[in-house]
Amino acid sequence: MSSKPDDQLMLDSGLSSETRTAPPPRTSVLFGFIAFAALIAAQVFSILTSPAEGDMGHLQKIMYVHVPAAWMAFISFFVVLAFSVRYLWQKRENDDLLAASAAEVGATFTGLTLMLGMIWGRPAWGVWWVWDARLTSTLVLFLIFVGYLALRAFVDDAEQRARWSAAVGAIGAINVPIVYMSVKWWRTLHQPPSSPATLDPAYTMGLRLNAIALLLVTIYFIRKRYEIARLERAVEHLAEAAAMGGK
Amino acid sequence: MARLLARAPLRAPHSMYNGQPDQAIDARGIGRRFGIRWVLRGVTFGVGRGEVAALLGPNGSGKSTVLRILGTLLRPNAGTATVNGRDIVAQAASVRGQVGYLAHTPGLYDDLTARENLLFAADMLGLPHASVDGNLARVGLGEVAGSRVRGFSAGMQRRLALARLIMRSPSVLLLDEPYANLDENGVELMNSVIRDVIASGGAALLALHELAPARAILDRTLTLIEGRIATTNSERAVRERASLATV
Amino acid sequence: MAWEDDWRRVRAIAKKDLTTELRAKAGFNGVASLAVTILILLGLALGPDADALRNAAVGAVWLATLFSGVLAFNRSFQVELESGALEPLLLYPGPRWTIFAGKLLANFTFVSLMVAIVMAAGIVLFGITIPARWPMILAVVALGVVGLVVLGTFYASMASRSRAREVLLPLLLFPMLVPVLLAATTASKALLGADLMHEAGAWTRLLIGYDLVFLIATFIAFEHVIEA
Repeated sequence: MSSKPDDQLMLDSGLSSETRTAPPPRTSVLFGFIAFAALIAAQVFSILTSPAEGDMGHLQKIMYVHVPAAWMAFISFFVVLAFSVRYLWQKRENDDLLAASAAEVGATFTGLTLMLGMIWGRPAWGVWWVWDARLTSTLVLFLIFVGYLALRAFVDDAEQRARWSAAVGAIGAINVPIVYMSVKWWRTLHQPPSSPATLDPAYTMGLRLNAIALLLVTIYFIRKRYEIARLERAVEHLAEAAAMGGK
Repeated sequence: MARLLARAPLRAPHSMYNGQPDQAIDARGIGRRFGIRWVLRGVTFGVGRGEVAALLGPNGSGKSTVLRILGTLLRPNAGTATVNGRDIVAQAASVRGQVGYLAHTPGLYDDLTARENLLFAADMLGLPHASVDGNLARVGLGEVAGSRVRGFSAGMQRRLALARLIMRSPSVLLLDEPYANLDENGVELMNSVIRDVIASGGAALLALHELAPARAILDRTLTLIEGRIATTNSERAVRERASLATV
Repeated sequence: MAWEDDWRRVRAIAKKDLTTELRAKAGFNGVASLAVTILILLGLALGPDADALRNAAVGAVWLATLFSGVLAFNRSFQVELESGALEPLLLYPGPRWTIFAGKLLANFTFVSLMVAIVMAAGIVLFGITIPARWPMILAVVALGVVGLVVLGTFYASMASRSRAREVLLPLLLFPMLVPVLLAATTASKALLGADLMHEAGAWTRLLIGYDLVFLIATFIAFEHVIEA
């Protein structure tokens, strides 16, 4: 096994400059602290300052996490769309890693939205699930994310995985508004919608604060996940250089 | 014996790597991995115009992978290669137009007849349908043109695949175990096809695990061991042919 | 003329797919039989009350179509993979979209045939009376089949070459088909009845939009996914 330093190994191996990546980004720990602190502050503010809602009492406050979580899921999906398209256009590996990171975070937030919706629904409607427009669309969105992640899990070759998930991610993301619209029509023609997101002005301030705070947390999560993905790829590149350069 | 003596005159031995831009095949540092296993770890060699080279190596050494990469069916994870001066990644479509690749598996449609298989190839290549019967006769399948490939022996399937290859009028042949399942007539047919391509200024790279059927036409052998070209022998091929000629 | 060459390729691939599938022993017959079997099982599971069956009919027909369709789509790439024919196919000159278009045509033919059989079985088993507006229902079904075939063929081009293809194709495809399922079933139900709220027109427009959007998107994306 060669005893050359890693940089020299990579240069000797004749790898193209694209695969000789810049060092992976470092996500500021301070930023993480700020994001979580903002979230806690926003939650405390909302819980203390918002009045109890007419029918549901303090249960309504679950909306302060449920609604922003849904918004974060949609934002994540949009990030997946943007970077999937960009990957197909420019074939830069980092775009694929960022899309995948956003997909994981988006899936988590979608799952969270669903759980909170069900937790709200049980006392509010008496059942764990209703086929209302928002919950159902969110469930379908969750399944689209899961499909994307499953595809990544089942493909071994990095370049093929990147191409395939970019195509699947972009096409899946295009479907999100169509799914939402079709489920809404499916429901509203037969039953008025009901969900915890009633926008009484007393709640909007708290909602906005929580949305901003959760956005910071989302950005932190995506960046952190991306950093990990870049580190994993850097390890793979070193293994590549060792395989190619060593004797 | 008379056939062996009547073959093309001996060519001067080539050096291992010419580095000339107008080589038929010019591979530099080709690397390819499957999962974490690096099959090719820096394959560098050249094949000049008018040359027939054999790629030797134990099973699983990556000979097929080299051919598939040169044939633009796989992308290398590292390194570059050109075929007739065109880059296999950046100018893949152009390379495909020049190359005739014969895979280890015949890649035919079992439920179609021999003629239908070639008619399909003619449609895809933009050639007139009239050319099909001539090619079937050339490979000795004129009698069974209307039979389904499912009933063909392995040797017959290889002949049909060869007919399809001839239709492409390739200038660079990439042949993976071309003599497998062929009888003596089949071997001579294969060699005559290779000679035709060479005579028009083309080149051929054969992946073989035994040299015997190719000795009459070979100029050079390359040995692939542990993902790299270990040896290249033109002297040995010359000696072997010379010793056969004196028997 | 490049367009004529490309169209020739599309026809060649469609013809090849149709011929190989019709000659294969367990091909179309197997898939169509499976679709009807699923329909029968649904009838057994949801019945025997005649009213319940009539209400469930449209959904049952579509579910039977979806589940058997998945098999048909995987098979359309299976034929290339079994004998290693995908590599020679990719080596032909010309744009890749011709491969996609050819397979779309072949799959559309197969799935349309299958849907026709399943609908006939559904009418009989689930006690449907054919209304005056049946051409409209056929139009809705045709639009639904287009959406199904476009996305099914697209995802199958990847799933058939990955591990766990039987799981991966439905997992990728079914969530994406939610709008098709909702539109086709709701519009069909409305047309079977009186369509009091004139919703069939709106759903039909949704289907047309969906089909156009994904036809274009998959054509563009296919180029990127068909390579090994």
